[in-house]
Amino acid sequence: MTRKDQGARADRRKFLTGVVAAGAASAASAMTPPAARAAEPAPRVPSALRPTMQIAAAETGTPAVSASRIGGVPGSDFMVDVIKTLDIKYLPANCASSYRAIHESLINYGGNKMPEFLTCMHEESAVAMAHGYFKIAGKPLMTLCHGTVGLQHATMGVYNAWCDRVPVIVVGGNDLDAAHRPPGVPTFHSAQDINALVRDFTKWDDTPVSLQHFAQSFVRAYKIAMTPPYGPVMISLDAGLQQEPVKDHGEKPAIPRYVPTAPPQGDSGAVKEAARLLAGAQNPLIVADRAARTPNGVKLLVQLAELLQARVIDQGGRMNFPRTHYLSAPPTAVSGADVILGLELSDFWATVNSYTDNGANGGIGTNGTRIKNGTRLISISSVELNTKANYQDFQRFQVIDVPMAGDAEATLPALIEELKRAGPSKAALEKRAEAAKKAYAEGKERTRQAAALAWGASPVSTARLCMEVYAAVKDLDWSLVASEGNVSNWPNRLWPMEKYHHWLGRSGGYGVGYGAPASVGAALANRDLGRFSVSIQSDGDLMYAPGVLWTAAKHKIPLLAVMHNNRGYHQEVMHVQRLSNFRDRVANLGGDMGPVGTSIMNPDIEYHKLAESMGWWAKGPIKDPAQLGPALKEAVKVVQAGQPALLNVWTQPR
Amino acid sequence: MKNVIPSGARDLLLLAGLLLAPAALAAGSAEKGKAAYVQHGCWQCHGFMGQGGITGPKLAPNPLPLEALSAFVRNTRGAMPPYQNAILSDADLADIHAYLQSLPKAPDAKSIPLLNP
Repeated sequence: MTRKDQGARADRRKFLTGVVAAGAASAASAMTPPAARAAEPAPRVPSALRPTMQIAAAETGTPAVSASRIGGVPGSDFMVDVIKTLDIKYLPANCASSYRAIHESLINYGGNKMPEFLTCMHEESAVAMAHGYFKIAGKPLMTLCHGTVGLQHATMGVYNAWCDRVPVIVVGGNDLDAAHRPPGVPTFHSAQDINALVRDFTKWDDTPVSLQHFAQSFVRAYKIAMTPPYGPVMISLDAGLQQEPVKDHGEKPAIPRYVPTAPPQGDSGAVKEAARLLAGAQNPLIVADRAARTPNGVKLLVQLAELLQARVIDQGGRMNFPRTHYLSAPPTAVSGADVILGLELSDFWATVNSYTDNGANGGIGTNGTRIKNGTRLISISSVELNTKANYQDFQRFQVIDVPMAGDAEATLPALIEELKRAGPSKAALEKRAEAAKKAYAEGKERTRQAAALAWGASPVSTARLCMEVYAAVKDLDWSLVASEGNVSNWPNRLWPMEKYHHWLGRSGGYGVGYGAPASVGAALANRDLGRFSVSIQSDGDLMYAPGVLWTAAKHKIPLLAVMHNNRGYHQEVMHVQRLSNFRDRVANLGGDMGPVGTSIMNPDIEYHKLAESMGWWAKGPIKDPAQLGPALKEAVKVVQAGQPALLNVWTQPR
Repeated sequence: MKNVIPSGARDLLLLAGLLLAPAALAAGSAEKGKAAYVQHGCWQCHGFMGQGGITGPKLAPNPLPLEALSAFVRNTRGAMPPYQNAILSDADLADIHAYLQSLPKAPDAKSIPLLNP
């Protein structure tokens, strides 16, 4: 980068040189041999570093331009002005010297409001908090990190946000000027192109080289992140640009106004063709994954489903369709469909095909079809507009009869209007409705009977765990802020989820470690809305970065975390057992219950003590299901009083 | 599509497995079976009480007859990995079956208030 104002650069570098020289003098003094020190006069108390010539001159001379050492308004103050135009409420971050200037501006010049700095203990936690927050608030957060070592920590969170189509604004500090940046650690923490680290799984990135450039980049980054398909964006923020004064060359940097971009809609001709196929179908089916971006998306989907009396499989990327509606259907419903409408599916192939990991065909497994011959497939997906090459989140290729590159929620009104003009006959609708109601009632009864199995078991069954939790929160305005499928999906099968905030979906990229920080981020958003947040917290997930527990306590974020502690990385427990069986070998358990390398036991982690040590109310381990209900009642009261609470529950594996 | 096995063919495979099952297997010990159930990893997908879940179907109460269970365990080409004699003996399998048989019947869901909110 070229710095036009050499005077300003020299000032910053002289200051840093002074600090380094003073430090060197101090270090030299400390290294003086003891014998030599004995001959010296006794030091005065308190001792102080002797100022360098430059510092002495700066302290005793008359300031040439301004009282500030940097000689003007800091560039990072202007950056804060830019950020404030976008109403970003919080900034979860782990502090780092490469962004010290904007850090200082945010908390002093910006008053630590809009955004408020939230102290995080890991960059991955900070990104995941922003991830969870967005899914409740519908507004993105930004995070700051070291552009190298911090961003390396953050990458897993960024990848999850990318796969889950969630906007997060990541800003990495980086000192580009190799000739003048401080030597040693700051140079280890610098790189030519920090954005390269996350370019494969961010929507856009930039490296602004002037304050005007920063203003445009930041607003552009926000705009791109918030245009469906949503996604994370990255800005490399030069340390020099942050620290140097705003340069007045007769042109004051301007802050562009943010105007949201309208989401892309499916082509009108394709919408008509989709409506024609759906209206003519005998057994149309809707499958939704991340279809509803907002509560209105749920309303639109209900409207569409009722217009067609089509059953809806909600794959749970978001809360798309009420579980209490008789048109709500299980994944097996694909087998009877003659037309399937997929809305923002992350994996259309696996929706209509099966894969069995049975070691057949040389170990690659067996594929099968789950649909009838001749079933017509329609897709509306904005992700088609944003596919990259390296990471394979686009999944296997599936031939679609009517593919639309557009946002599902934005396209549904046009599809609904088309179907209102020429929908199915009344007789067909009544017949489908009757069949759907019957299937729904039968399915619910089967699910309840399955949940009753091992109801009194110790460790606690996952069905019992989930229903005890539901009983404890059902009279509140609850929000299940994190739960992976590893509790046999009981919340989605049994809880009467109806509102958008009842279910937030999963991590996206299945990077373990999302649950704890994302639930804290979502709980932060729910706190501001007066809602009660509850998570089903897995054991392995929590141990990736448990410091987020401290962040929740520090910033008074109420959250009820109920642990699904099955004492293992259970997916891997099953994988290694599977491979052992394929090879006719007895799995080596190494004294644990799961194959070596997969158990989290001997010793057992006392998660309740871990949480307690970081300011949480906590209890456990709970192994007897009869103790769970009373403990939950206590914990709910604590959370209602504004404190986070954790229950460590020993559970069945799935 | 490559490597597709229709569901009907899978049923035939299971039937073939049943035909290949040993004519008679000795009854086992439920106590030993409880330990073997854990040692051989059955709990991993089916739960400690054989209740099943998203990763595997329920095994208990009312397990398959021992011969059918054995045929399936030895010959499965489905989602469950097979257990050959080299890693699970007939005696251990019989013990596991005895354990599954010993598990009590689950309460009716209608009698559990939490399942009828």
